[in-house]
Amino acid sequence: MQWETVIGLEVHVQLATQSKIFSGSSTAFGAEPNTQANAVDLGLPGVLPVLNEQAVAMALKFGLGINAEIPEVSVFDRKNYFYPDLPKGYQTSQMYDPIVGRGEVEVLLDDGSAKVIRVHHAHLEEDAGKSLHEDFHGMTGIDLNRAGTPLLEIVSEPDMRSAKEAVGYLRAIHSIVTYLGISDGNMAEGSMRCDVNVSVRPRGQEEFGTRAEIKNVNSFRFVERAIAYEVERQIELIEDGGKVVQETRLYDPDADETRSMRTKEEANDYRYFPCPDLLPVVVDSAYVEHLRESLPELPAEKRARFQDELGLSAYDAGVLSASRAMAEYFERVKDVCGDAKQAANWVQGELSGALNRDSLDISDSSVDADQLGGLITRVIDNTINGKAAKQVFQALWNGEGDSADAIIDAHGLKQVTDTGAIESMVDQVIADSPAQVAQYCDAEPDKRGKMIGYFVGQVMKASRGTANPQQVNTLLKDKLDALC
Amino acid sequence: MHDKTITEIVGALDAGTISSRELTQDLLGRIDRLDGQLNSFITVTAEQALSAADQADQQRANGQAGPLTGVPLAIKDIFCTQGVKTSCGSKMLDNFVAPYDATVVSKLRAAGTVSLGKTNMDEFAMGSSNENSFYGPVKNPWDLTAVPGGSSGGSAAAVAAGLVPAALGTDTGGSIRQPAAFCGITGLKPTYGRVSRYGMIAYASSLDQGGPMARSAADCALLLNTIAGHDARDSTSIARGVPDYSEELDAPLAGLKIGLPREYFGDGLDADVETAIRDAIKVFESLGASVREVSLPHTSYAIPAYYVIAPAEASSNLSRYDGVRFGHRCDNPSDLIDLYKRSRAEGFGDEVKRRILIGTHTLSEGFFDAYYKKAQQVRRLIRQDFLGAFEEVDVLMGPATPTPAFDLGATKDPVSMYLQDIYTIAINLAGIPGISVPAGFSGKRPVGLQILGTHFSEARLLNVAHQFQQATDWHLRRPEIAEENA
Repeated sequence: MQWETVIGLEVHVQLATQSKIFSGSSTAFGAEPNTQANAVDLGLPGVLPVLNEQAVAMALKFGLGINAEIPEVSVFDRKNYFYPDLPKGYQTSQMYDPIVGRGEVEVLLDDGSAKVIRVHHAHLEEDAGKSLHEDFHGMTGIDLNRAGTPLLEIVSEPDMRSAKEAVGYLRAIHSIVTYLGISDGNMAEGSMRCDVNVSVRPRGQEEFGTRAEIKNVNSFRFVERAIAYEVERQIELIEDGGKVVQETRLYDPDADETRSMRTKEEANDYRYFPCPDLLPVVVDSAYVEHLRESLPELPAEKRARFQDELGLSAYDAGVLSASRAMAEYFERVKDVCGDAKQAANWVQGELSGALNRDSLDISDSSVDADQLGGLITRVIDNTINGKAAKQVFQALWNGEGDSADAIIDAHGLKQVTDTGAIESMVDQVIADSPAQVAQYCDAEPDKRGKMIGYFVGQVMKASRGTANPQQVNTLLKDKLDALC
Repeated sequence: MHDKTITEIVGALDAGTISSRELTQDLLGRIDRLDGQLNSFITVTAEQALSAADQADQQRANGQAGPLTGVPLAIKDIFCTQGVKTSCGSKMLDNFVAPYDATVVSKLRAAGTVSLGKTNMDEFAMGSSNENSFYGPVKNPWDLTAVPGGSSGGSAAAVAAGLVPAALGTDTGGSIRQPAAFCGITGLKPTYGRVSRYGMIAYASSLDQGGPMARSAADCALLLNTIAGHDARDSTSIARGVPDYSEELDAPLAGLKIGLPREYFGDGLDADVETAIRDAIKVFESLGASVREVSLPHTSYAIPAYYVIAPAEASSNLSRYDGVRFGHRCDNPSDLIDLYKRSRAEGFGDEVKRRILIGTHTLSEGFFDAYYKKAQQVRRLIRQDFLGAFEEVDVLMGPATPTPAFDLGATKDPVSMYLQDIYTIAINLAGIPGISVPAGFSGKRPVGLQILGTHFSEARLLNVAHQFQQATDWHLRRPEIAEENA
C-alpha cells in the first residue's frame, strides 16, 4: 500500500526578553541554579504575576510576520498539573483566546518550489523550571532559573507531508523569529524546541490516521530522524495488523528511536480556566500598526526581492535570505561592489566554503562584508584576475591584511594589462615552444581552442599570475594563427 | 487607652499623654492576659512591636509623625510579613516564614503603625465561623461560647476585646463583614482592585479583597487612606486616585436614597436581627434619608455561583502547596506522588480539602461548561442587579448576617455554614464595596448593619456609616472581657 504522512508541529520559541514573562528576574542563559528566580518565579504564597509588555510585542510581531489575524483581546488561562519543576502547580498559558490567530508560513522545498503551511494560532506561555537528576544521590534537584521564561507556542495545521517539509517549516519559523529579533533561535540551548504530531494514512484517504505526539525535539536533524522513525514504525505496525494508539512519545537521539511516554488514557485533565490574576490583554489597532511599521523585511519578501530586483536565481535567493545575518552580509557585499551576481557567487562560494571549513557562523566570519566587497570590486575593475582573487581572499581570511587593496599591493598581484608587456611575454613563450606551436598548427582549427591552454598557462606563469587572462588569450590566438 | 479609637489614640500620642511604647506595652500585656480565652492571635511579635513603637516615638519627637504613626494594630495571618511566620491558619504553612512583606503590610509599616502580631483565621480564609483554623477556634469576646465569625475572626475578636484598636482582614465572601457583625465592630470590604492583593495569600483571586476592621467608620477611613491605591505588582489593582476618605465623613445625609433589597429581608432572617436593622433604617430616615424597596432578583443564585467559582480558583491557587519548595512536607516520601499525596493530606484541613475537591471537579473536562461557565454567567447577572439598583438609589442596606453569632460547634453541616454568607457573598461576585457597622444586639450578641455602594463608593459608605455612628452608640459598646483587667 502507498502511505501518506501527515505532520503537524507545535514549535516553542523562547522569546528574547530581558526579563521573565510575569516577573522582573533575568532570563539570561547559563546562570547558577536558582539565582534567577525571585519570589514570583518560586510561586511563594501571595505573589502575583505582572505581564511583560515586551513579550506581548514580540508575540504580535511574529503574528504580523506570518500575516496572521491579531485578535483584539487575548486571555491567559491556567493549565493545572503537578510537577516538581512547575512552581505554582499550574502553567500560565493561553488556551481559549490566544494572542495570535490564523496565519501562514511559506516553506522553501529542496526543488526550489515553495509551499504554504498554515499556522493555526500562536500563544504566549511561561516555561517551567528544570529537574536535575544528577549529583543528588537518588534525589532530584530543581532549578527554577528557566521558570517563567516567555515562550511563544506556534501551532501549525497538519499541512506537512514529509519529514523534509517539516524541517523546512521549522527552518522557516527559525528564520522568521531570528529576522524579527524576537528569539535567538538557539536550539542547543533550548530556545527553540518542538513537539511533532505524526500520523500516516493510505494515499488518497481523506480522513487522518491516529497520531502520535513526539515531545521536545530540539534540532532540525532530530526532527527529521524522529519523523522518519515514527513513520516507519506506524506503517509497520498497521501492515502487521496492529493499530496506532494516540499517545505521547519521546525521541531518543542516541538510540535513534521514539518511545512511548503516556497514552491518551493516562493523559492529564489540565482543567484550564482563565487566570484570575491577569486581566485580558487588549491590543489596540494603533499599537499593532506601530509594531507593523517596526518590522524588518522578512525572509519571504527578501527572497522575492533578490529574485525580482537583483536577478538572482530562486536557489541563490533562498540560500542568501535564509538567515538575517547571511542576508545582511550579502547585501552589504553587493552594495560595496555593485554587482549582485558576483556578490552572490562569492558569498556562496569562497566565503561559505571557508566558514564551513572552520565551522564558523557568518556573524563570526574572518572576512567582513566590506572586505569581501572590496575584493570583488578589484575583480570587476580588472585590477586582479580570478586566480589572484582567490589568493587575496585566503590572505584576508588569514588576517594578513585589512583590505584586498593592501594585500594586492603587498603581494604584487596587480593584474598586468599593459599590452606591450603581455605581448613580449607571449612572443617569448611562442619562441620557447616550437614543438607545441607545430602541434597547434597541425590540429584541426576547431580543436585549436583547447590546445591554446598550454600557452596561456606558460604566459600566466611567466607573469606570476598577474597577466590579464583575456588579453593573453586573444594575443596568443592572433599570433599562433598567424604562424600557421 | 485600650477601648479608644485610632483618632483618640493619635490625639493622646500627639498630646504626649502616652507614648507608643507605653501603649504597645499595655496592649501586649492585655494580649498576654486575655488572649488565652480568645485565641485571636496566632503569632504575637512583641519584640518587633516595641522596636517599631520606639521608632514611631522617635519620629513623633522629630515632628515627622503621620496620621497613623505609633498606632498599634494587628494583621490577619493571610498577609505575608517579612521574617514573621505567615501560616494562613494552616498546618501547611505552620513552618513558613515569609521572606517579603505584602504591599498593604509595607504601606502600614511605612506609615509608622506598630503591628502586634498575626491574627487567627479560618484555614486559607475558608470558613464563616473561625472553627477551621489549625490553631483552634477563636472565641467571640461578647460570649465565649459563640463563634466570632470567619474567616477574619481573629482580627474581629482582637479589636472587639480591646487588644488592638484596628486590624487588617480579608473578605472573599463576607470574611470581613460577617465577623465584624458578630463581634460588634466596623469592617469594610473595599471595591475589588482598590487594595493590592500582592502578598495576600490567595484563596479565590477574583473575589479576595483586603480591608480594614476597626471600632468606627472614621478609623476604617484612616486605615483605608493608607492601604488603598494602585500597585504595579498586582495586575488587578486599579489605577485610580485615592481620595481622602476622612474628608467626606461629616457630609450630611439629607437626601440620601437608601434601597432595601427585598431579598435580604426574607425567610431565614432572625427576628432580632431584622428588628435591629429596621430600627437602624429609621435612624437614617431621621437623618433625612429616604427609603425604598428594591429587588436584586438573582440573589438566590449567589451562593451556588460562589461555591463554584471560589473553590475552582482555590483548587488552582492551593496547588503550590505540594511539599516541594516550602510549607509542610511529609516524612520519608517513597516517591513523588507519595510526597504530593501525604504532604497535602497531612497539611490541609477538612474544609480546605472539601473545596479543593469541589473546585477540581467543577473545572474538570466535561463539567467546566456546566459549572464554571454557568457560574460566571450568573456572576454577570448578579453584578447587573446591583448596577441596576444603584441607578435608583445611592446605597443599599440590609443585615450583614441572617442571625447573630451562633454557638461554637453548633453548625456541623458545611452547606448550612455556607448559608451564613447569604447577604455578603453577592457583593464579592459583583466587586462592589460593603461595610458592616454595629446596629444592635440579640441578647448579648451583636447585630451588624450592612451598607453597600457601587464600585469605588467607599467614601460615601464611610460617610453614611460615620453619620450613623454619630447618631447611635452601638459601636461604643464594649464586651465585658474588654472591661476586665482594664
